[in-house]
Amino acid sequence: MARMAGRRALFAVPVLLVVTFAVFAVAAASPFDPVKAYAGTAGLTASQENLDQLRANLGVDQPLAERWWTWLTSALTGDLGDSSVMRQPVADVIAERIGWSALLAATAFAVAILLGTALGVLAARRRGGWLDRSVSSAAYTLEAAPAFWLGLLAIWFFALELGVLPAGGLTDTASETVTFAQVASHLVLPALVLGVSQLPWFFLYVRQGVADALDEDPVRGARARGLNERTVLLGHALRSGMLPMLTLIGSRVPELITGALLVETVFSWPGIAAATVQAATSVDFPLLAALTVLATAAVLLGNLLSDLLYGLADPRVGFDG
Amino acid sequence: MTARSIRGMAAATLAGALAITAAACSAPGSDGKGAAAGDSAVVGIAYEPESLSPLLGYGKDGNSKIFDGLLAFDGDMELRPALAVALPKVSPDGLTYTYQLREGVKFSDGKPFSAKDVVFTYRTILDKQTNNASKSELDALKDVKATGDHTVVFTLKYPYAAFAERTVLGIAPEHVAARQDVNSGPFTTKPVGTGPYVLTGWSKGEKLSFTANPDYWGGAPKVKKFTMAIIKDDDVRATRLRSGDLDGAILPPNLAKGFKGESGKKTYEATTYDYRLVTLPTHNKVTGDTAIRRALDVAVDRRTMVDKILEGAGKPAYGPVPTGSEWFTKGTERPHDLAAAKKVLDAAGWKPGPDGIRVKDGVRATFPLWYLSGDKLRQDHALAYASDAKKAGIDVRTQAGTWEVIEPRMKQDAVLAGGGSPGDPDFDQYLLLKSSLGGDGFNNMGWYDNPAVDKALETGRRTNDKAARKAAYDTVQRELSKNPGYTFLTHIDHVYVVNDAWTGLSTQVEPHDHGLASGPWWNVENWVPKK
Repeated sequence: MARMAGRRALFAVPVLLVVTFAVFAVAAASPFDPVKAYAGTAGLTASQENLDQLRANLGVDQPLAERWWTWLTSALTGDLGDSSVMRQPVADVIAERIGWSALLAATAFAVAILLGTALGVLAARRRGGWLDRSVSSAAYTLEAAPAFWLGLLAIWFFALELGVLPAGGLTDTASETVTFAQVASHLVLPALVLGVSQLPWFFLYVRQGVADALDEDPVRGARARGLNERTVLLGHALRSGMLPMLTLIGSRVPELITGALLVETVFSWPGIAAATVQAATSVDFPLLAALTVLATAAVLLGNLLSDLLYGLADPRVGFDG
Repeated sequence: MTARSIRGMAAATLAGALAITAAACSAPGSDGKGAAAGDSAVVGIAYEPESLSPLLGYGKDGNSKIFDGLLAFDGDMELRPALAVALPKVSPDGLTYTYQLREGVKFSDGKPFSAKDVVFTYRTILDKQTNNASKSELDALKDVKATGDHTVVFTLKYPYAAFAERTVLGIAPEHVAARQDVNSGPFTTKPVGTGPYVLTGWSKGEKLSFTANPDYWGGAPKVKKFTMAIIKDDDVRATRLRSGDLDGAILPPNLAKGFKGESGKKTYEATTYDYRLVTLPTHNKVTGDTAIRRALDVAVDRRTMVDKILEGAGKPAYGPVPTGSEWFTKGTERPHDLAAAKKVLDAAGWKPGPDGIRVKDGVRATFPLWYLSGDKLRQDHALAYASDAKKAGIDVRTQAGTWEVIEPRMKQDAVLAGGGSPGDPDFDQYLLLKSSLGGDGFNNMGWYDNPAVDKALETGRRTNDKAARKAAYDTVQRELSKNPGYTFLTHIDHVYVVNDAWTGLSTQVEPHDHGLASGPWWNVENWVPKK
């Protein structure tokens, strides 16, 4: 297990190098002009001389490989550079935001996995029953619904019609301090929306997995041995039914990041996602590279996690496989 | 990346999450209490500034909540003293501007404000290493000196009548800002100024929180707490206004309509210099023809655009100067007149071809019109323009693109552009119409070239005599109606909905871009809560 984790970590080094270089190359090839992005509306009235000076100051006229190498070497010494779009050091941009994004994503993931598994097991137990039919059709609908639209719907219903939950922000808009109660109440809607948008995948996988397992010989055997329904369902069926879902966990990470992006925008959640879009459209190399490293690391970690879980859940699967 | 660093990252993330929870728990029960109804205001805005440093361009048009300029604009865009005690003394040759500064003013950190802060601010902005994209606006400025603790003298390269209007930009404290990297130092996000409000928090992507500066030289504001919530989506902003989370917000006209007549809410329509126009590039055989330009100018139905596209929140535009401005030349309005357009084209030899599109010397009257993709307002304007032009026999082909796609084509292709800055007629007209600025960045996008206009523009900026300036800008507008290098379509009102809980609300004439301080809250420091 430790060996697998170690090997994966070693493998991550070239992956990250390639990914960051690719980001620089794609950004350099993109039609976006970092100087225009930096200047914003002021750029519409700026003289050519002023724009040229900005180009030199921002150092965006250097060749691609040189820019990447400069970024990489200073990043390794702990200096992530300055974000041009945020006008502050990249480390500060990330430090300010990443905690809130992690909190949102983790809560949403927990909601999706726990709720998805529970509903999946219940649906698989009585296939074709009212619960199975209603939850399955809801799941297919949700799979098609964009998180953005779900967010608007949730704001309309919970904040406007019922008036029970805040419509956005990290805390009450007029409040200046960040308290646990406030963050908790403001987290409910975005985390639910993000979680629910991920839920169909987990639900459908668990439902199918458990349903298949219930038809298999080991479960039949267990039933025949007179074990009670609970043990059969949770001990045998769920265990093997969970396996496909565990691989799903890692592969859902990128989707979770994209979903968070839309949800953060709808709910004015001060996370890292909005900064990512801005960094990309502004060709803000230092910020973009740092965020890409984080996202790639998250995906690699997600894959590692699902492999580890798979190994733990099914002892037949070796960690070195 | 090694195993250790992966573990490190996981641990750091976990520690971060725990730290948040711990910090959250240690600050209990201070949620919004103490603020009696009325003395706090929360508004929703669509735009978040990148920086709050005046050295990088924040608050350059005056009216920042955190900083004061030497001068400020009032609601009618007239200059009034702010950190200066009076309007500047201008030398007879128009090259020297002398400002007497207000004494006893303190920055929000308690340190006194003096002439050296003014010198520091302007010199830093002009410095080549400062990434301020608006520094061309100070192009006329040669040098600035302090001739005492409270006297500042600006020297110009050439007489520039609009210079005083440029001195509304916020003054930064030298003792804070001089000690750090001007482009990325903490001052860009944790500003210290002399203004009516002090920034207490900036949660990026969520909100900016302000508290009244009790020692403000203009008197402590009555609205003690002021919050700007950043909500990019129009629908979400309207929803949060409805749910009571916001006290006011900027809204597109169609969403603002839903609040009309609602008790407790008032709608404000701010008049603006924000225009939409179609560039008619001189280098295009069709748009470069004066007959085509004049025909389009009267073929376009501006009134219908205002009524249908802007839901009535706007005015027809005949030039960069709005019809309501004192600088507008009466009599240069061009009403919609399709018959006149056809007559002009007939007289110039543009004869209708078999498909109804006019032809002259083998050239078909057709040209592409680009608009910024994703901008609904510009798209609507472009489509309406093409439809109006078609009726006169001119085929305008609309195409959407980003600026990166549009910019290289601007010399030949028409663009649906926007702009406008209030204050001085020089600001817009010089950059838009001066022939030497053709193709200089986004200035003079249509490569307009008219010697009479060039001359009038120079006269307009080099004299301080108001009557002479008015005559010069009258010439520009008359020339523009004879040879329109752009078809001006509309001036767009910005619409705001605000709770009816205060007195003293008004709107200022607003520029093209929605700055942070645009909207009825431009003077929130003067609001008085209703009892």
